[in-house]
Amino acid sequence: MNFGKQLKEGLLTENPVLVQLLGMCSTLAITTSISNGLGMGVSVLIILTCSNIVISLLRKIIPDQIRIAAYIVVIAGFVTMVDLLLQAYFQDIAESLGVFIPLIVVNCIILARAESFASKNKVLPSAVDGICQGIGYTLVLLVMSAIRELLGSGSLAGNQIFPAEYGALMMALPVGGFLTLGCLIALMQWAQDKAANKEGK
Amino acid sequence: MDYKELNLIGSSSPHIRTKDGTAHIMAEVLIALVPALAFSVYNFGWYVLTVTAVSVVGCCFFEWLYRTLMKKNNTIGDCSAAVTGVLIAFVCPPNIPLWIILIGDFFAIVIVKQLFGGIGKNFLNPALAARAFMLSWASAMSTWVAPGSHLPVFGTVDVVTSATPMAYLHENNLQGLMEVYDLRDMFVGFIGGSLGEVSALLLILGGVWMIFRKIITWYIPVSYIGTVAVLTFLFPRGNDPMTWMLYNVLGGGLILGAFFMATDYVTSPVSHKGQVIFGVGCGLITVFIRYFGSYSEGVCYAILVMNLTVWIIDKNTRPSRFGVVKEPKAPKEAKEPEKKKEAAAK
Repeated sequence: MNFGKQLKEGLLTENPVLVQLLGMCSTLAITTSISNGLGMGVSVLIILTCSNIVISLLRKIIPDQIRIAAYIVVIAGFVTMVDLLLQAYFQDIAESLGVFIPLIVVNCIILARAESFASKNKVLPSAVDGICQGIGYTLVLLVMSAIRELLGSGSLAGNQIFPAEYGALMMALPVGGFLTLGCLIALMQWAQDKAANKEGK
Repeated sequence: MDYKELNLIGSSSPHIRTKDGTAHIMAEVLIALVPALAFSVYNFGWYVLTVTAVSVVGCCFFEWLYRTLMKKNNTIGDCSAAVTGVLIAFVCPPNIPLWIILIGDFFAIVIVKQLFGGIGKNFLNPALAARAFMLSWASAMSTWVAPGSHLPVFGTVDVVTSATPMAYLHENNLQGLMEVYDLRDMFVGFIGGSLGEVSALLLILGGVWMIFRKIITWYIPVSYIGTVAVLTFLFPRGNDPMTWMLYNVLGGGLILGAFFMATDYVTSPVSHKGQVIFGVGCGLITVFIRYFGSYSEGVCYAILVMNLTVWIIDKNTRPSRFGVVKEPKAPKEAKEPEKKKEAAAK
């Protein structure tokens, strides 16, 4: 398995949010500030990597019929750990993310990677896959939350760039989440089309 | 004989040609908007003209910029961006800061129109979508200049504000409204409100001009305004039905929306039957928002919501092909024995 290819897939060609369109709910809901985006992204990155490793280790033991239930149990275990860790050491982030940390249990990125990758591959590639997909997710969250925080409240990671009254309220509201995500997906499609055209020539 | 001089073009039928193109239609719409704009200048002051000019220039600039950057053919000559610019100015308060107008222009042209493929592909009315986005700056978008205030060319911060007729109607204070503005004020336009919506008379004049020039059909405006009129007449909230109905029809953006926004070709149904359904839907939502919503005016959201239903309306009002007779539906009794037979056979 080569790390570069998997990283490229996680970041660009198979990006979990922009191409696979997974994990939309948390993406739209929590990208209101950079600290939220970073907290959520890193949490998912850790949980995804750990659950991928464990599921890959157990892939021959888990009976096929109840595999989803088994995955959920594994994922829920790691989510609980991360949730408690956040509450212990990063209380601000835990409070502002609220219910979306426990909801990572049903985040479809993690379930999809378990089902389509970790259950079919060895431990090391699964761990790398978890890291790459997690980085892809985190990066999109960071870009989205930076755009929304800047346009919505005029600040970037808490530093005021321009006065808040010039900020577009809509960008901080759910509307802004949909708008930003739509524009990013469009940009991604456009870039991929362009790359494909270049290769074709 | 030199055939080239005859300017014959070999193409399939139809061969009758007119000069009507997008630019021609948009120019007619602009002409229809001029009287209302002129009245607005009279009513609010010269700043109105500045806002409209900036909005038109902004829309054309963003259209040109996007098409140039994306290396697409430039569609700036079809005037559709100019019409969008005027309409964005028309739905804003008269003393709107210019930077908000420019952001609205950007949103309408780039996000709503060009990202979906340019003219003819937008799924929402660009001007109204821009207005919905510009409500981000709620205080600037709800500061209503009093009629008769003379805003200077470059605007001013100290303005006399007044409640719009819609605010009175939202509080069900018809008596108070009648003391401030009588019906003649409402009809001619000596009232507070959005830049272009105040003069019902001149907007109707522009709308009738467009119908007369066959730019739009009467189906959407009449069914829209008719629905609002009937509903407000039937449910006057304890006021005199006739007066309540007239104030509701003449106040707010109803006339502007019905003639100039709801009739946008791209975002309205194709068939006449569909257009009536569209108009009635707009009217229903407008009245619902005015009666039960927290906003005092519902025209913008009503048209936006109905824009999203156009594909369903179009799908279900497809006209039958000429000469094709619809098969009559079989009566229910005739079908049921067949089903029983089938069941028995099984």
